[in-house]
Amino acid sequence: MRTHSAIAEPGAIRWTLTAFAVAFLALFVALPVASVFLQAFEHGPGAYLAALTDPEALSAIRLTLVAAALSVPLNTVFGVTAAWLIAKYDFAGRGVLLTLIDLPFAVSPVIAGLIFVLLFGAHGLLGPLLSRHEVRVIFAVPGIVLATTFVTFPFVVREVLPILESQGSDQEEAAVTLGASGLTVFFRVTLPRIKWGLLYGVILCNARAMGEFGAVSVVSGHIRGETNTMPLHVEILYNEYNFVGAFAVASLLALLALATLLAKRLLGDGSHGGQGQPGASQEAR
Amino acid sequence: MSALPRDAARTEAPPQSWRLRRSGLLPGFSFTFGFTLFYLGLIVLFPLAVLLLKAAQLSPSQIWGIVSEPRALAAYRFSFGASLTAALLNALFGLLVAWVLARYRFPGKALCDALVDVPFALPTAVAGIALTSLLAPNGLIGRLFDAVGIQIAFARPGVVIALTFVGLPFVVRTVQPVLLELDPALEEAAAVLGASRLQTFLRVLLPAIFPSLLTGFALAFARALGEYGSIVFISGNLPGKTEIVPLLIVTKLEQYDYAGATAIAAVMLLLSFLLLLAINLLQTRTRAARAVRK
Repeated sequence: MRTHSAIAEPGAIRWTLTAFAVAFLALFVALPVASVFLQAFEHGPGAYLAALTDPEALSAIRLTLVAAALSVPLNTVFGVTAAWLIAKYDFAGRGVLLTLIDLPFAVSPVIAGLIFVLLFGAHGLLGPLLSRHEVRVIFAVPGIVLATTFVTFPFVVREVLPILESQGSDQEEAAVTLGASGLTVFFRVTLPRIKWGLLYGVILCNARAMGEFGAVSVVSGHIRGETNTMPLHVEILYNEYNFVGAFAVASLLALLALATLLAKRLLGDGSHGGQGQPGASQEAR
Repeated sequence: MSALPRDAARTEAPPQSWRLRRSGLLPGFSFTFGFTLFYLGLIVLFPLAVLLLKAAQLSPSQIWGIVSEPRALAAYRFSFGASLTAALLNALFGLLVAWVLARYRFPGKALCDALVDVPFALPTAVAGIALTSLLAPNGLIGRLFDAVGIQIAFARPGVVIALTFVGLPFVVRTVQPVLLELDPALEEAAAVLGASRLQTFLRVLLPAIFPSLLTGFALAFARALGEYGSIVFISGNLPGKTEIVPLLIVTKLEQYDYAGATAIAAVMLLLSFLLLLAINLLQTRTRAARAVRK
Protein backbone atom coordinates (compact mmCIF):
# COMPACT_ATOMS: atom_id res chain seq x y z
CA MET A 1 0.00 0.00 0.00
CA ARG A 2 2.94 2.29 0.58
CA THR A 3 3.74 2.16 -3.14
CA HIS A 4 0.47 3.80 -4.17
CA SER A 5 1.45 7.38 -4.80
CA ALA A 6 -2.15 8.58 -4.39
CA ILE A 7 -2.10 7.77 -0.69
CA ALA A 8 1.49 8.64 0.14
CA GLU A 9 2.94 11.93 1.30
CA PRO A 10 5.48 13.81 -0.83
CA GLY A 11 9.07 12.80 -0.14
CA ALA A 12 9.93 16.05 1.62
CA ILE A 13 7.12 15.70 4.14
CA ARG A 14 7.95 12.04 4.66
CA TRP A 15 11.57 12.82 5.46
CA THR A 16 10.72 15.79 7.67
CA LEU A 17 8.33 13.71 9.77
CA THR A 18 10.83 10.86 10.00
CA ALA A 19 13.61 13.25 11.01
CA PHE A 20 11.45 14.76 13.76
CA ALA A 21 10.46 11.35 15.12
CA VAL A 22 14.04 10.04 15.09
CA ALA A 23 15.35 13.23 16.68
CA PHE A 24 12.69 13.03 19.41
CA LEU A 25 13.57 9.41 20.22
CA ALA A 26 17.30 10.13 20.14
CA LEU A 27 16.99 13.14 22.45
CA PHE A 28 14.34 11.81 24.84
CA VAL A 29 15.30 8.13 25.05
CA ALA A 30 18.67 7.23 23.57
CA LEU A 31 20.61 10.12 25.09
CA PRO A 32 19.51 9.52 28.71
CA VAL A 33 20.30 5.80 28.42
CA ALA A 34 23.70 6.50 26.88
CA SER A 35 24.46 9.10 29.56
CA VAL A 36 24.00 6.45 32.29
CA PHE A 37 26.89 4.43 30.88
CA LEU A 38 29.02 7.47 30.05
CA GLN A 39 28.78 8.82 33.58
CA ALA A 40 29.32 5.39 35.13
CA PHE A 41 32.66 5.12 33.31
CA GLU A 42 33.60 8.78 33.75
CA HIS A 43 36.55 7.93 35.98
CA GLY A 44 37.51 4.75 34.12
CA PRO A 45 36.71 1.07 34.58
CA GLY A 46 38.63 0.92 37.86
CA ALA A 47 36.32 3.37 39.61
CA TYR A 48 33.33 1.63 38.02
CA LEU A 49 34.32 -1.77 39.39
CA ALA A 50 35.19 -0.29 42.77
CA ALA A 51 31.73 1.27 42.99
CA LEU A 52 30.07 -2.05 42.18
CA THR A 53 32.15 -4.12 44.61
CA ASP A 54 31.54 -1.73 47.49
CA PRO A 55 30.03 -3.78 50.37
CA GLU A 56 26.90 -1.61 50.51
CA ALA A 57 26.41 -1.91 46.75
CA LEU A 58 26.84 -5.68 46.97
CA SER A 59 24.33 -5.88 49.80
CA ALA A 60 21.85 -3.80 47.76
CA ILE A 61 22.34 -6.13 44.77
CA ARG A 62 21.81 -9.15 47.01
CA LEU A 63 18.57 -7.75 48.49
CA THR A 64 17.24 -6.88 45.03
CA LEU A 65 17.91 -10.44 43.87
CA VAL A 66 16.19 -11.88 46.96
CA ALA A 67 13.10 -9.68 46.55
CA ALA A 68 12.78 -10.61 42.87
CA ALA A 69 13.43 -14.30 43.59
CA LEU A 70 10.44 -14.31 45.96
CA SER A 71 7.94 -12.04 44.23
CA VAL A 72 8.43 -13.17 40.61
CA PRO A 73 7.66 -16.89 41.19
CA LEU A 74 4.60 -15.95 43.27
CA ASN A 75 3.27 -13.71 40.51
CA THR A 76 4.12 -16.30 37.86
CA VAL A 77 2.06 -19.03 39.52
CA PHE A 78 -0.78 -16.57 40.03
CA GLY A 79 -0.46 -15.13 36.53
CA VAL A 80 -0.73 -18.47 34.78
CA THR A 81 -3.61 -19.59 36.99
CA ALA A 82 -5.57 -16.37 36.51
CA ALA A 83 -4.92 -16.28 32.76
CA TRP A 84 -6.11 -19.90 32.43
CA LEU A 85 -9.22 -19.10 34.47
CA ILE A 86 -10.14 -16.04 32.41
CA ALA A 87 -9.32 -17.58 29.04
CA LYS A 88 -10.74 -21.05 29.47
CA TYR A 89 -13.98 -20.60 31.41
CA ASP A 90 -17.03 -18.49 30.83
CA PHE A 91 -18.32 -17.01 34.07
CA ALA A 92 -20.04 -13.91 35.32
CA GLY A 93 -17.65 -11.16 36.38
CA ARG A 94 -14.76 -11.98 34.06
CA GLY A 95 -14.50 -8.29 33.09
CA VAL A 96 -14.60 -7.13 36.71
CA LEU A 97 -11.93 -9.66 37.64
CA LEU A 98 -9.67 -8.41 34.85
CA THR A 99 -10.14 -4.80 35.96
CA LEU A 100 -9.28 -5.75 39.55
CA ILE A 101 -6.14 -7.55 38.33
CA ASP A 102 -5.15 -4.34 36.48
CA LEU A 103 -5.55 -2.24 39.64
CA PRO A 104 -1.85 -2.21 40.60
CA PHE A 105 -1.12 -0.59 37.21
CA ALA A 106 -3.38 2.31 38.11
CA VAL A 107 -2.20 2.80 41.68
CA SER A 108 0.73 5.13 42.34
CA PRO A 109 3.77 3.18 43.61
CA VAL A 110 3.80 5.42 46.66
CA ILE A 111 0.25 4.34 47.55
CA ALA A 112 1.32 0.72 46.96
CA GLY A 113 3.93 1.22 49.68
CA LEU A 114 1.59 3.17 51.95
CA ILE A 115 -1.05 0.44 52.09
CA PHE A 116 1.48 -2.01 53.53
CA VAL A 117 2.63 0.57 56.07
CA LEU A 118 -1.01 1.07 57.13
CA LEU A 119 -1.39 -2.70 57.37
CA PHE A 120 1.87 -3.82 59.01
CA GLY A 121 3.49 -0.62 60.34
CA ALA A 122 3.84 0.18 64.05
CA HIS A 123 0.55 2.13 63.94
CA GLY A 124 -0.97 -0.22 61.38
CA LEU A 125 -3.92 -2.56 61.58
CA LEU A 126 -1.78 -5.62 62.32
CA GLY A 127 1.11 -3.64 63.88
CA PRO A 128 0.41 -4.47 67.55
CA LEU A 129 -0.02 -8.16 66.72
CA LEU A 130 3.28 -8.24 64.82
CA SER A 131 5.23 -6.43 67.51
CA ARG A 132 3.92 -8.85 70.15
CA HIS A 133 5.48 -11.69 68.17
CA GLU A 134 8.53 -9.59 67.27
CA VAL A 135 7.93 -9.95 63.57
CA ARG A 136 9.09 -7.06 61.41
CA VAL A 137 7.46 -6.50 58.05
CA ILE A 138 7.87 -2.77 57.47
CA PHE A 139 11.47 -1.51 57.33
CA ALA A 140 12.43 -5.13 56.69
CA VAL A 141 12.67 -7.63 53.86
CA PRO A 142 9.07 -9.00 54.03
CA GLY A 143 7.66 -5.50 53.39
CA ILE A 144 9.94 -5.03 50.41
CA VAL A 145 8.85 -8.38 48.97
CA LEU A 146 5.16 -7.56 49.52
CA ALA A 147 5.41 -4.11 47.92
CA THR A 148 7.32 -5.56 44.96
CA THR A 149 4.75 -8.33 44.54
CA PHE A 150 1.91 -5.80 44.53
CA VAL A 151 3.54 -3.57 41.92
CA THR A 152 4.43 -6.43 39.55
CA PHE A 153 1.15 -8.28 40.12
CA PRO A 154 -0.49 -7.97 36.64
CA PHE A 155 2.51 -8.54 34.35
CA VAL A 156 2.41 -12.30 33.82
CA VAL A 157 -1.40 -12.41 33.48
CA ARG A 158 -1.32 -9.67 30.86
CA GLU A 159 1.34 -11.46 28.78
CA VAL A 160 -0.14 -14.97 28.97
CA LEU A 161 -3.85 -14.14 28.67
CA PRO A 162 -3.83 -12.87 25.04
CA ILE A 163 -1.91 -15.97 23.91
CA LEU A 164 -4.34 -18.33 25.64
CA GLU A 165 -7.29 -16.43 24.19
CA SER A 166 -5.94 -16.47 20.65
CA GLN A 167 -5.25 -20.20 20.81
CA GLY A 168 -8.69 -21.32 21.88
CA SER A 169 -9.31 -24.55 23.77
CA ASP A 170 -9.56 -27.17 21.01
CA GLN A 171 -6.38 -29.05 21.92
CA GLU A 172 -7.10 -28.99 25.65
CA GLU A 173 -10.62 -30.28 25.03
CA ALA A 174 -9.28 -33.08 22.83
CA ALA A 175 -6.85 -34.08 25.57
CA VAL A 176 -9.62 -34.13 28.19
CA THR A 177 -11.82 -36.21 25.89
CA LEU A 178 -8.96 -38.70 25.59
CA GLY A 179 -8.88 -38.99 29.38
CA ALA A 180 -6.10 -36.62 30.48
CA SER A 181 -6.38 -34.97 33.90
CA GLY A 182 -6.43 -31.19 34.30
CA LEU A 183 -2.79 -30.97 35.40
CA THR A 184 -1.66 -33.26 32.57
CA VAL A 185 -3.52 -31.08 30.08
CA PHE A 186 -1.85 -27.99 31.44
CA PHE A 187 1.70 -29.32 31.54
CA ARG A 188 1.61 -31.43 28.35
CA VAL A 189 -0.70 -29.40 26.09
CA THR A 190 -1.01 -25.78 27.24
CA LEU A 191 2.41 -25.03 28.72
CA PRO A 192 4.42 -26.01 25.61
CA ARG A 193 2.28 -23.66 23.54
CA ILE A 194 2.57 -20.64 25.85
CA LYS A 195 6.13 -21.13 27.10
CA TRP A 196 7.79 -18.29 25.14
CA GLY A 197 5.11 -15.75 25.97
CA LEU A 198 5.22 -16.91 29.58
CA LEU A 199 9.01 -16.57 29.63
CA TYR A 200 8.73 -13.01 28.34
CA GLY A 201 6.09 -12.22 30.97
CA VAL A 202 8.41 -13.55 33.67
CA ILE A 203 11.36 -11.53 32.33
CA LEU A 204 9.25 -8.36 32.23
CA CYS A 205 7.90 -9.00 35.72
CA ASN A 206 11.47 -9.54 36.94
CA ALA A 207 12.72 -6.31 35.35
CA ARG A 208 9.98 -4.33 37.07
CA ALA A 209 10.55 -6.14 40.36
CA MET A 210 14.26 -5.32 40.37
CA GLY A 211 13.72 -1.72 39.29
CA GLU A 212 10.82 -0.78 41.56
CA PHE A 213 11.52 2.41 43.46
CA GLY A 214 8.49 4.22 44.87
CA ALA A 215 6.71 1.40 46.67
CA VAL A 216 9.92 -0.12 48.03
CA SER A 217 11.16 3.32 49.10
CA VAL A 218 8.10 3.79 51.33
CA VAL A 219 8.38 0.42 53.12
CA SER A 220 12.15 -0.01 53.28
CA GLY A 221 13.26 2.58 55.81
CA HIS A 222 16.52 2.97 53.84
CA ILE A 223 18.71 1.10 56.31
CA ARG A 224 22.09 0.84 54.62
CA GLY A 225 23.43 -2.65 54.11
CA GLU A 226 20.10 -4.05 55.35
CA THR A 227 16.97 -2.79 53.58
CA ASN A 228 18.50 -0.97 50.62
CA THR A 229 17.68 -2.32 47.18
CA MET A 230 19.60 -1.29 44.07
CA PRO A 231 17.29 1.59 43.04
CA LEU A 232 17.30 2.92 46.62
CA HIS A 233 21.08 2.66 46.74
CA VAL A 234 21.22 4.67 43.49
CA GLU A 235 19.20 7.40 45.20
CA ILE A 236 21.42 7.51 48.29
CA LEU A 237 24.64 7.68 46.27
CA TYR A 238 23.20 10.34 43.96
CA ASN A 239 22.07 12.51 46.87
CA GLU A 240 25.59 12.23 48.33
CA TYR A 241 26.99 13.52 45.03
CA ASN A 242 28.74 10.18 44.47
CA PHE A 243 27.75 10.28 40.80
CA VAL A 244 30.11 7.56 39.56
CA GLY A 245 28.79 5.20 42.21
CA ALA A 246 25.15 6.09 41.51
CA PHE A 247 25.51 5.67 37.77
CA ALA A 248 27.56 2.48 38.15
CA VAL A 249 24.72 0.79 40.07
CA ALA A 250 22.21 2.43 37.70
CA SER A 251 24.10 0.98 34.72
CA LEU A 252 23.41 -2.54 36.00
CA LEU A 253 19.68 -1.72 36.09
CA ALA A 254 19.91 -0.15 32.63
CA LEU A 255 21.60 -3.32 31.32
CA LEU A 256 18.75 -5.33 32.80
CA ALA A 257 16.28 -3.09 30.96
CA LEU A 258 18.13 -3.49 27.66
CA ALA A 259 18.29 -7.27 28.14
CA THR A 260 14.53 -7.26 28.78
CA LEU A 261 13.91 -5.41 25.52
CA LEU A 262 16.19 -7.84 23.69
CA ALA A 263 14.18 -10.71 25.16
CA LYS A 264 11.03 -9.08 23.82
CA ARG A 265 12.53 -9.06 20.31
CA LEU A 266 13.74 -12.65 20.56
CA LEU A 267 10.72 -14.18 22.24
CA GLY A 268 8.13 -12.23 20.31
CA ASP A 269 5.40 -10.25 21.89
CA GLY A 270 2.75 -12.56 23.25
CA SER A 271 -0.13 -10.12 22.93
CA HIS A 272 0.35 -9.89 19.20
CA GLY A 273 -0.86 -13.46 18.94
CA GLY A 274 2.43 -15.33 19.24
CA GLN A 275 1.91 -18.96 18.41
CA GLY A 276 4.16 -20.15 21.18
CA GLN A 277 7.42 -19.86 19.30
CA PRO A 278 10.04 -17.12 19.20
CA GLY A 279 9.47 -14.43 16.65
CA ALA A 280 6.03 -15.69 15.71
CA SER A 281 4.59 -12.27 16.35
CA GLN A 282 6.99 -10.39 14.13
CA GLU A 283 4.74 -10.69 11.11
CA ALA A 284 1.90 -9.17 13.10
CA ARG A 285 3.78 -5.94 13.71
CA MET B 1 2.42 -1.12 32.69
CA SER B 2 3.46 -2.44 29.39
CA ALA B 3 0.55 -4.76 28.94
CA LEU B 4 -2.13 -2.11 29.13
CA PRO B 5 -1.67 -0.26 25.86
CA ARG B 6 -1.02 -3.42 23.91
CA ASP B 7 -4.23 -4.72 25.31
CA ALA B 8 -5.98 -2.26 23.04
CA ALA B 9 -4.42 -4.09 20.13
CA ARG B 10 -5.57 -7.45 21.39
CA THR B 11 -7.52 -9.44 18.92
CA GLU B 12 -10.72 -10.90 20.23
CA ALA B 13 -10.79 -14.63 20.80
CA PRO B 14 -12.14 -16.53 17.82
CA PRO B 15 -15.84 -17.29 18.15
CA GLN B 16 -15.44 -21.05 18.46
CA SER B 17 -13.49 -20.70 21.69
CA TRP B 18 -16.46 -18.96 23.25
CA ARG B 19 -18.64 -21.89 22.36
CA LEU B 20 -16.15 -24.37 23.80
CA ARG B 21 -15.70 -22.42 26.98
CA ARG B 22 -19.38 -22.44 27.53
CA SER B 23 -19.50 -26.23 27.16
CA GLY B 24 -17.42 -26.40 30.35
CA LEU B 25 -15.49 -29.51 29.39
CA LEU B 26 -12.19 -28.46 30.97
CA PRO B 27 -11.68 -29.40 34.63
CA GLY B 28 -10.15 -27.12 37.25
CA PHE B 29 -12.57 -24.19 37.32
CA SER B 30 -13.17 -24.16 41.05
CA PHE B 31 -9.47 -24.54 41.89
CA THR B 32 -8.25 -21.77 39.57
CA PHE B 33 -11.16 -19.51 40.54
CA GLY B 34 -10.53 -20.01 44.25
CA PHE B 35 -6.77 -19.53 44.00
CA THR B 36 -7.06 -16.43 41.81
CA LEU B 37 -9.53 -14.75 44.16
CA PHE B 38 -7.53 -15.72 47.25
CA TYR B 39 -4.24 -14.33 45.91
CA LEU B 40 -5.88 -11.22 44.43
CA GLY B 41 -7.59 -10.56 47.75
CA LEU B 42 -4.46 -11.13 49.81
CA ILE B 43 -2.01 -9.04 47.78
CA VAL B 44 -4.20 -6.35 46.23
CA LEU B 45 -7.77 -6.01 47.48
CA PHE B 46 -7.28 -6.39 51.24
CA PRO B 47 -4.36 -3.91 51.49
CA LEU B 48 -6.22 -1.39 49.32
CA ALA B 49 -9.36 -1.85 51.42
CA VAL B 50 -7.32 -1.04 54.54
CA LEU B 51 -6.40 2.33 53.03
CA LEU B 52 -10.05 3.15 52.38
CA LEU B 53 -10.99 1.84 55.83
CA LYS B 54 -8.39 4.08 57.49
CA ALA B 55 -9.62 7.03 55.44
CA ALA B 56 -13.20 6.26 56.47
CA GLN B 57 -12.20 6.54 60.14
CA LEU B 58 -11.50 10.22 59.57
CA SER B 59 -14.44 12.57 59.65
CA PRO B 60 -15.40 14.29 56.38
CA SER B 61 -14.40 17.67 57.79
CA GLN B 62 -11.01 16.23 58.82
CA ILE B 63 -10.46 14.86 55.31
CA TRP B 64 -11.55 18.14 53.76
CA GLY B 65 -9.20 20.03 56.07
CA ILE B 66 -6.23 17.88 55.01
CA VAL B 67 -7.05 17.81 51.32
CA SER B 68 -7.81 21.53 51.07
CA GLU B 69 -4.80 22.90 52.91
CA PRO B 70 -2.76 25.17 50.59
CA ARG B 71 0.21 22.81 50.31
CA ALA B 72 -1.99 19.86 49.31
CA LEU B 73 -3.99 21.95 46.84
CA ALA B 74 -0.77 23.22 45.28
CA ALA B 75 0.51 19.64 44.97
CA TYR B 76 -2.72 18.45 43.32
CA ARG B 77 -2.64 21.40 40.96
CA PHE B 78 1.01 20.85 40.08
CA SER B 79 0.60 17.08 39.61
CA PHE B 80 -2.47 17.53 37.41
CA GLY B 81 -1.03 20.36 35.35
CA ALA B 82 2.33 18.69 34.71
CA SER B 83 0.72 15.30 33.97
CA LEU B 84 -1.77 16.87 31.59
CA THR B 85 0.97 18.78 29.74
CA ALA B 86 3.10 15.63 29.52
CA ALA B 87 0.16 13.55 28.27
CA LEU B 88 -0.60 16.16 25.60
CA LEU B 89 3.04 16.15 24.52
CA ASN B 90 2.88 12.37 24.43
CA ALA B 91 -0.24 12.46 22.26
CA LEU B 92 1.53 14.76 19.81
CA PHE B 93 4.95 13.07 19.68
CA GLY B 94 3.45 9.62 20.16
CA LEU B 95 1.22 10.08 17.12
CA LEU B 96 4.21 11.31 15.11
CA VAL B 97 6.40 8.35 16.15
CA ALA B 98 3.59 5.84 15.63
CA TRP B 99 2.85 7.28 12.19
CA VAL B 100 6.48 7.19 11.07
CA LEU B 101 7.01 3.66 12.43
CA ALA B 102 3.80 2.35 10.88
CA ARG B 103 4.10 3.98 7.47
CA TYR B 104 7.67 4.70 6.44
CA ARG B 105 10.78 2.66 5.82
CA PHE B 106 14.07 4.19 6.90
CA PRO B 107 17.46 2.98 8.13
CA GLY B 108 17.46 2.32 11.88
CA LYS B 109 13.71 1.79 12.04
CA ALA B 110 13.97 -1.42 14.09
CA LEU B 111 16.18 0.39 16.61
CA CYS B 112 13.69 3.27 16.85
CA ASP B 113 10.87 0.81 17.41
CA ALA B 114 12.87 -0.79 20.23
CA LEU B 115 13.68 2.63 21.77
CA VAL B 116 9.95 3.27 22.26
CA ASP B 117 9.82 0.50 24.88
CA VAL B 118 12.82 1.74 26.87
CA PRO B 119 10.75 3.82 29.35
CA PHE B 120 8.74 0.68 30.20
CA ALA B 121 11.81 -1.32 31.06
CA LEU B 122 14.15 1.30 32.52
CA PRO B 123 13.72 1.69 36.30
CA THR B 124 12.31 5.13 37.08
CA ALA B 125 15.13 6.00 39.46
CA VAL B 126 17.64 5.41 36.66
CA ALA B 127 15.63 7.59 34.27
CA GLY B 128 15.39 10.18 37.04
CA ILE B 129 19.12 10.57 37.69
CA ALA B 130 19.98 10.38 33.96
CA LEU B 131 17.51 13.12 33.01
CA THR B 132 18.42 15.25 36.00
CA SER B 133 22.14 15.14 35.28
CA LEU B 134 21.49 16.02 31.61
CA LEU B 135 19.07 18.85 32.37
CA ALA B 136 20.65 20.35 35.49
CA PRO B 137 22.11 23.87 35.02
CA ASN B 138 25.59 22.32 34.64
CA GLY B 139 24.41 19.34 32.58
CA LEU B 140 24.98 18.62 28.89
CA ILE B 141 21.62 20.08 27.80
CA GLY B 142 20.68 22.11 30.85
CA ARG B 143 23.75 24.29 30.39
CA LEU B 144 22.49 25.46 26.97
CA PHE B 145 19.23 26.62 28.51
CA ASP B 146 20.92 27.96 31.61
CA ALA B 147 22.94 30.28 29.35
CA VAL B 148 19.70 31.96 28.23
CA GLY B 149 18.28 31.97 31.72
CA ILE B 150 15.86 29.03 31.48
CA GLN B 151 15.90 26.50 34.25
CA ILE B 152 14.78 22.99 33.30
CA ALA B 153 15.75 20.59 36.06
CA PHE B 154 14.47 21.56 39.55
CA ALA B 155 11.60 23.44 37.88
CA ARG B 156 8.36 22.69 36.05
CA PRO B 157 9.87 21.97 32.58
CA GLY B 158 12.06 19.21 34.01
CA VAL B 159 9.07 17.52 35.62
CA VAL B 160 7.10 17.69 32.37
CA ILE B 161 10.04 16.21 30.42
CA ALA B 162 10.45 13.34 32.90
CA LEU B 163 6.71 12.60 32.77
CA THR B 164 6.81 12.70 28.96
CA PHE B 165 9.66 10.18 29.01
CA VAL B 166 7.73 7.86 31.31
CA GLY B 167 4.49 8.05 29.28
CA LEU B 168 5.97 7.86 25.78
CA PRO B 169 5.28 4.17 25.04
CA PHE B 170 1.56 4.36 25.83
CA VAL B 171 0.42 6.52 22.91
CA VAL B 172 2.80 4.89 20.42
CA ARG B 173 1.79 1.36 21.36
CA THR B 174 -1.95 2.06 21.26
CA VAL B 175 -1.96 4.07 18.00
CA GLN B 176 0.62 2.05 16.02
CA PRO B 177 -1.41 -1.20 15.65
CA VAL B 178 -4.52 0.76 14.64
CA LEU B 179 -2.56 2.59 11.94
CA LEU B 180 -1.19 -0.73 10.66
CA GLU B 181 -4.67 -2.22 10.43
CA LEU B 182 -6.37 0.66 8.59
CA ASP B 183 -7.81 -0.32 5.23
CA PRO B 184 -5.90 1.57 2.48
CA ALA B 185 -9.12 1.55 0.42
CA LEU B 186 -10.45 4.36 2.65
CA GLU B 187 -7.53 6.61 1.83
CA GLU B 188 -7.62 5.64 -1.83
CA ALA B 189 -11.29 6.53 -2.01
CA ALA B 190 -10.60 9.91 -0.45
CA ALA B 191 -7.77 10.54 -2.90
CA VAL B 192 -9.89 9.47 -5.89
CA LEU B 193 -12.64 11.82 -4.74
CA GLY B 194 -10.15 14.68 -4.86
CA ALA B 195 -9.14 15.12 -1.22
CA SER B 196 -5.67 16.44 -0.57
CA ARG B 197 -3.34 14.39 1.63
CA LEU B 198 -3.89 16.75 4.56
CA GLN B 199 -7.68 16.61 4.13
CA THR B 200 -7.51 12.82 4.02
CA PHE B 201 -5.48 12.81 7.22
CA LEU B 202 -7.76 15.20 9.07
CA ARG B 203 -11.13 13.87 7.85
CA VAL B 204 -10.48 10.16 7.23
CA LEU B 205 -7.45 8.97 9.19
CA LEU B 206 -7.66 11.09 12.34
CA PRO B 207 -11.26 10.10 13.16
CA ALA B 208 -10.29 6.44 12.72
CA ILE B 209 -7.31 6.60 15.07
CA PHE B 210 -8.79 9.11 17.52
CA PRO B 211 -10.21 6.56 20.02
CA SER B 212 -6.82 4.84 20.29
CA LEU B 213 -5.10 8.21 20.60
CA LEU B 214 -7.47 9.14 23.42
CA THR B 215 -6.82 5.79 25.15
CA GLY B 216 -3.06 6.30 24.90
CA PHE B 217 -3.45 9.84 26.22
CA ALA B 218 -5.48 8.62 29.21
CA LEU B 219 -2.96 5.85 29.96
CA ALA B 220 -0.05 8.29 29.80
CA PHE B 221 -1.95 10.73 32.04
CA ALA B 222 -2.76 8.04 34.61
CA ARG B 223 0.85 6.86 34.64
CA ALA B 224 2.14 10.43 35.01
CA LEU B 225 -0.16 11.17 37.96
CA GLY B 226 1.28 8.31 40.00
CA GLU B 227 4.90 8.68 38.93
CA TYR B 228 7.37 9.14 41.75
CA GLY B 229 10.79 7.62 41.05
CA SER B 230 11.99 9.96 38.33
CA ILE B 231 10.27 13.11 39.63
CA VAL B 232 11.78 12.98 43.07
CA PHE B 233 15.19 13.65 41.49
CA ILE B 234 14.28 16.22 38.86
CA SER B 235 11.60 18.34 40.52
CA GLY B 236 13.64 19.98 43.26
CA ASN B 237 10.67 19.19 45.52
CA LEU B 238 9.84 22.74 46.58
CA PRO B 239 6.68 22.60 48.73
CA GLY B 240 3.88 24.57 47.10
CA LYS B 241 5.81 24.89 43.83
CA THR B 242 7.26 21.71 42.36
CA GLU B 243 5.95 19.21 44.87
CA ILE B 244 3.90 16.35 43.36
CA VAL B 245 1.14 14.52 45.25
CA PRO B 246 3.04 11.20 45.69
CA LEU B 247 5.94 13.11 47.24
CA LEU B 248 3.58 14.92 49.61
CA ILE B 249 2.26 11.51 50.73
CA VAL B 250 5.82 10.33 51.43
CA THR B 251 6.62 13.55 53.30
CA LYS B 252 3.53 13.21 55.52
CA LEU B 253 4.44 9.58 56.18
CA GLU B 254 7.98 10.51 57.19
CA GLN B 255 6.52 13.04 59.64
CA TYR B 256 4.34 10.22 61.08
CA ASP B 257 1.26 12.14 59.89
CA TYR B 258 -0.62 8.94 59.00
CA ALA B 259 -4.01 10.67 58.79
CA GLY B 260 -2.66 13.23 56.34
CA ALA B 261 -0.95 10.61 54.16
CA THR B 262 -4.06 8.41 54.20
CA ALA B 263 -6.51 11.18 53.28
CA ILE B 264 -4.40 12.48 50.38
CA ALA B 265 -3.70 8.96 49.14
CA ALA B 266 -7.38 7.98 49.34
CA VAL B 267 -8.41 10.94 47.19
CA MET B 268 -5.74 10.05 44.68
CA LEU B 269 -6.71 6.37 44.72
CA LEU B 270 -10.32 7.27 43.89
CA LEU B 271 -9.14 9.45 41.01
CA SER B 272 -7.03 6.55 39.73
CA PHE B 273 -10.05 4.20 39.92
CA LEU B 274 -12.12 6.63 37.86
CA LEU B 275 -9.34 6.93 35.28
CA LEU B 276 -8.96 3.14 35.10
CA LEU B 277 -12.71 2.75 34.54
CA ALA B 278 -12.68 5.42 31.83
CA ILE B 279 -9.71 3.72 30.13
CA ASN B 280 -11.38 0.30 30.23
CA LEU B 281 -14.52 1.80 28.74
CA LEU B 282 -12.50 3.49 26.01
CA GLN B 283 -10.66 0.27 25.20
CA THR B 284 -13.88 -1.74 25.01
CA ARG B 285 -15.28 0.83 22.60
CA THR B 286 -12.10 0.93 20.52
CA ARG B 287 -12.11 -2.85 20.29
CA ALA B 288 -15.77 -2.93 19.32
CA ALA B 289 -15.21 -0.27 16.64
CA ARG B 290 -12.29 -2.22 15.24
CA ALA B 291 -14.24 -5.47 15.24
CA VAL B 292 -16.91 -3.76 13.13
CA ARG B 293 -14.31 -2.44 10.69
CA LYS B 294 -12.89 -5.90 10.19
